[in-house]
Amino acid sequence: MSTQYNVIGTRPIRHDGADKVTGRALYGADIQLNGLLHGAILRSPHAHARIKRIDTSKAEALPGVKAVATAADFPAAGDKIVDLGEGATPLSYIRGNVLAQGKVLYRGHAIAGVAATSAHIAEEAASLIEVEYEVLPCTLTAPDAMKDGAPILHEDLHMQEFGKKTDKVNNVADHFRFSIGDAEKGFEEADLIIEREFHTSTVHQGYIEPHNATVLWNNDGRVQVWTSTQGSFVVRDTTACILDLPVAQVKVTPMEIGGGFGGKIPVYLEPVAAVLSKKSGRPVKIVMTRKDVFEASGPTPGSYIRAKIGAKRDGTFTAAQAYLAYEAGAYPGAMVGPGAMCIFAAYDIKNVTVDGYDVVVNKPSTAAYRAPGATNAAFAAESVVDEIAEKLGIDPVDIRLKNAAKEGTQRVDGPKYRRVGCVEVLQAIKASEHYNAPLGGPNRGRGIGIGFWFNVGLPSSCTISVNADGSVNLVEGSTDIGGTRTSIAMQAAEVLGIPAEQVHPSVVDTDSIGFTAVTGGSRTTFATGWAAIEAARDIVRQMKERAAKLWETEPAEVNFENGVFSKNGKSMPFAELASKIGETGGPIVGRGAVNPRGVGGSFAGAIADVEVDPETGKTQVVRFTSIQDVGKAIHPAYVEGQMQGGSVQGIGWGLNEEYYMDTTGTMRNSSLLDYRMPTALDLPMIETIIVEVPNPGHPFGVRGVGEANIVPPPAALANAIHQAAGVRLRTLPMKPSTIMEAVWAK
Amino acid sequence: MERKVHVQTTINGEPAEFLCEPRQSLLECLRDILNLTGTKEGCNDGNCGACTVTMDGRIVTSCLVLGVEAEGAEITTIEGIARGNELHPLQKAFLEEAALQCGICTPGFIVAAKALLDQEPHPTEERIRWWLANNLCRCTGYDKIVKAVQKAAQEVTL
Amino acid sequence: MATVYLPTLLRPLAGGRESVQVEGATVRQIIDNLEQQHPGIKERLVENNRLKPNISVAVDNEILPLGLIESVNPDSEIHFVQAITGGKN
Ligand code: FES
Ligand code: FES
Repeated sequence: MSTQYNVIGTRPIRHDGADKVTGRALYGADIQLNGLLHGAILRSPHAHARIKRIDTSKAEALPGVKAVATAADFPAAGDKIVDLGEGATPLSYIRGNVLAQGKVLYRGHAIAGVAATSAHIAEEAASLIEVEYEVLPCTLTAPDAMKDGAPILHEDLHMQEFGKKTDKVNNVADHFRFSIGDAEKGFEEADLIIEREFHTSTVHQGYIEPHNATVLWNNDGRVQVWTSTQGSFVVRDTTACILDLPVAQVKVTPMEIGGGFGGKIPVYLEPVAAVLSKKSGRPVKIVMTRKDVFEASGPTPGSYIRAKIGAKRDGTFTAAQAYLAYEAGAYPGAMVGPGAMCIFAAYDIKNVTVDGYDVVVNKPSTAAYRAPGATNAAFAAESVVDEIAEKLGIDPVDIRLKNAAKEGTQRVDGPKYRRVGCVEVLQAIKASEHYNAPLGGPNRGRGIGIGFWFNVGLPSSCTISVNADGSVNLVEGSTDIGGTRTSIAMQAAEVLGIPAEQVHPSVVDTDSIGFTAVTGGSRTTFATGWAAIEAARDIVRQMKERAAKLWETEPAEVNFENGVFSKNGKSMPFAELASKIGETGGPIVGRGAVNPRGVGGSFAGAIADVEVDPETGKTQVVRFTSIQDVGKAIHPAYVEGQMQGGSVQGIGWGLNEEYYMDTTGTMRNSSLLDYRMPTALDLPMIETIIVEVPNPGHPFGVRGVGEANIVPPPAALANAIHQAAGVRLRTLPMKPSTIMEAVWAK
Repeated sequence: MERKVHVQTTINGEPAEFLCEPRQSLLECLRDILNLTGTKEGCNDGNCGACTVTMDGRIVTSCLVLGVEAEGAEITTIEGIARGNELHPLQKAFLEEAALQCGICTPGFIVAAKALLDQEPHPTEERIRWWLANNLCRCTGYDKIVKAVQKAAQEVTL
Repeated sequence: MATVYLPTLLRPLAGGRESVQVEGATVRQIIDNLEQQHPGIKERLVENNRLKPNISVAVDNEILPLGLIESVNPDSEIHFVQAITGGKN
């Protein structure tokens, strides 16, 4: 593989930049249409209740109200199982989360929608809807929900075990078990065994833009949707499925999206807005309030984890075992499978058993959040590893290096790693200036952690057309959350031998591009980038044909290198040949459609320095470095940005953030004042070390960079706090009160 | 619905007038009545800074200002930061430093940072962080935002 | 013959064995032959003539996107693993 690139590895200005710094870029809530109505959603005040009666008549009578919708307006769901980009799920669950039917399962669960001439009237009307509830006892944590006699959320939920429905009806939707070797025997060989329990709170992705959807059910029966989503095709397919329409009857235009991190994959508002539009004959826009976002979108699971590792005196891990119970929220799907597969992913351990439980509780239905499931798991495993290193008197990097996963290491779910960069990440930590710097003050500590995320492939489409001036227009379907238009365009530019600025990328609606899976799983630069590479190669092939025509030779005789077509001394740069495409046969359109193999997982590490105030327990992050194997950094500035952003989300998760629930299942901190995400003032600069172990599966070595960076920070912080304050915290968040209680208990 | 109120104000240096309900926030008036959608809504309760504009030179969260309070005031929004076709040094610095990912927070950050540089051309890193602490960004971890403001500060004074 | 490594929870169907030798040129043939040897496995893996959406197949340690129609070499190692998607799993 050539590593001499012209475009890849440079830092061009992003193509959508000017629009985004001038306020011109149109996000979902910015859309204005003739006759637009505004919607509001009535939500459950109870965490668990039967709906006995809904009376919408007062709301309908309010002047300005044009339509009201409840679950009764959806076609019956039946027991269809659908795969809408989030794994296989019964349609009744997806639909039931959009508008509750029969029962509400969490506080904030949507019950009805209203469309009116203004948002204020719609809100007022929603409050006039009368709902009679039979309030039921609720269950809020995985360990509680798993107890005999716990309130049951779904009377028809049978526990699954690798595709088998068991007879057990309870709140456990799925039990996973992964095992390799013989854990029992492995523990017998150990000189030291550490087993600890961990609790992590529900946290939110915290994107600044609330969910929104605008829908016009047109008079020709076509449903048009404008929304901020990570996956326009997911929205199309889900909306069509819930409304029982053929997919081609729904067209989704992805607007600019103000953050997602996994939370903007599920569909919440579109089907409701569609029904309201059908009833009123006008377009309807619904925007969530921030409180709705907290209470009724998809946070990430809280969890209970037990992790156990056995080690020889020299630091070799002989066995590991873990038990993970994750809170799925109201509907199954807590990402405990990936958590279970990631918990020991950084280590080459021959004997491992991991059990995972996907548990429904009376909280909002969880969604993905950056490396879903892995951060909770790494907090547990990396804390135990740190404790072992301490007890054995081994440097925390050295013990990890001694046991580090590498090519050929067997994963707990069976397959062996292909080329991965775990060792390189650890070596980068060890060699870093940060790791070797003095701590610089009292009450300070330094901790490290590492983590893994698989990354995914999945389908993507791209077309590129050549302009006579030598530029190209690139059309793709991956919604751009963090600069992916540019990282995709750069890969096309590299193949075509033209500057990145000569590629004009557009993200288009679902009618205008082939199927493209979600912007998620760190896949966009990898997979949609690959589609762009294919489309660009298709163009090169066609351009060679044109050059061959001009030079009266065969296409195979034409060379193409660094943007120049040549043959026997004759040569023509890309732009010059582009100016002749009209006269040599007409337009040139390249296409790329992929469902790639060759996915490369990513390891990330973190070094955290903290200072813990011994009086208050407040933890200040004084220095932080994120290290990640990204395969190949296409646009290093945005790669650093991903690492910094993921790190800071991990810092928030570690130190402050939590759903503070009371016993009735009400979130008591559902505002951005009280759900305290890190601000600029809380943080130092976030240093980055980009490690590049090329992914042999991708033409340019890309692995994907969006996720693994969030995995290590909470563990690194816990290990740093231990050094600073002498206490090991096993509960997230590690807020001041938790720290002080641990200090006092000592 | 309450009777609407006629408001006369100045927005981005131009006289502007609009009719609004007394309960409507300045944010709503900008976005829904005047179609100035560059100012964003992240929380509608003063805690994210996405809706930051300046009012008579001071930064305010426009979701906590009523539309009727704009009477007689001078408002600057993100749409008023560039000089014609020329981006403001802060806007350029945000692009060059990759200080935005999703970009939803960017208008608020640029408006707030400009107010800082207008009154303090040489802020320290600490001062920048303090000033911008009311603006939440969930994507960047702030590192590149702080650097972009530092870079713009250099260019403004050149 | 290819070696199929069984997920932990399917091993009871094969008398507790971790791996079995199976004939077949595609994943579909492998599963059909596996079913002959150890009845009950197929319904855990396949639904509507497709690999279940929450299951992926890895052939020679690479997760492959096409499921049942992926081809298999005589000395391949095959794992059935939990699918990782972009979103909720
Ligand atoms: S929308 Fe005004 S501060 Fe958040
Ligand atoms: S760039 Fe997305 S919130 Fe700041």
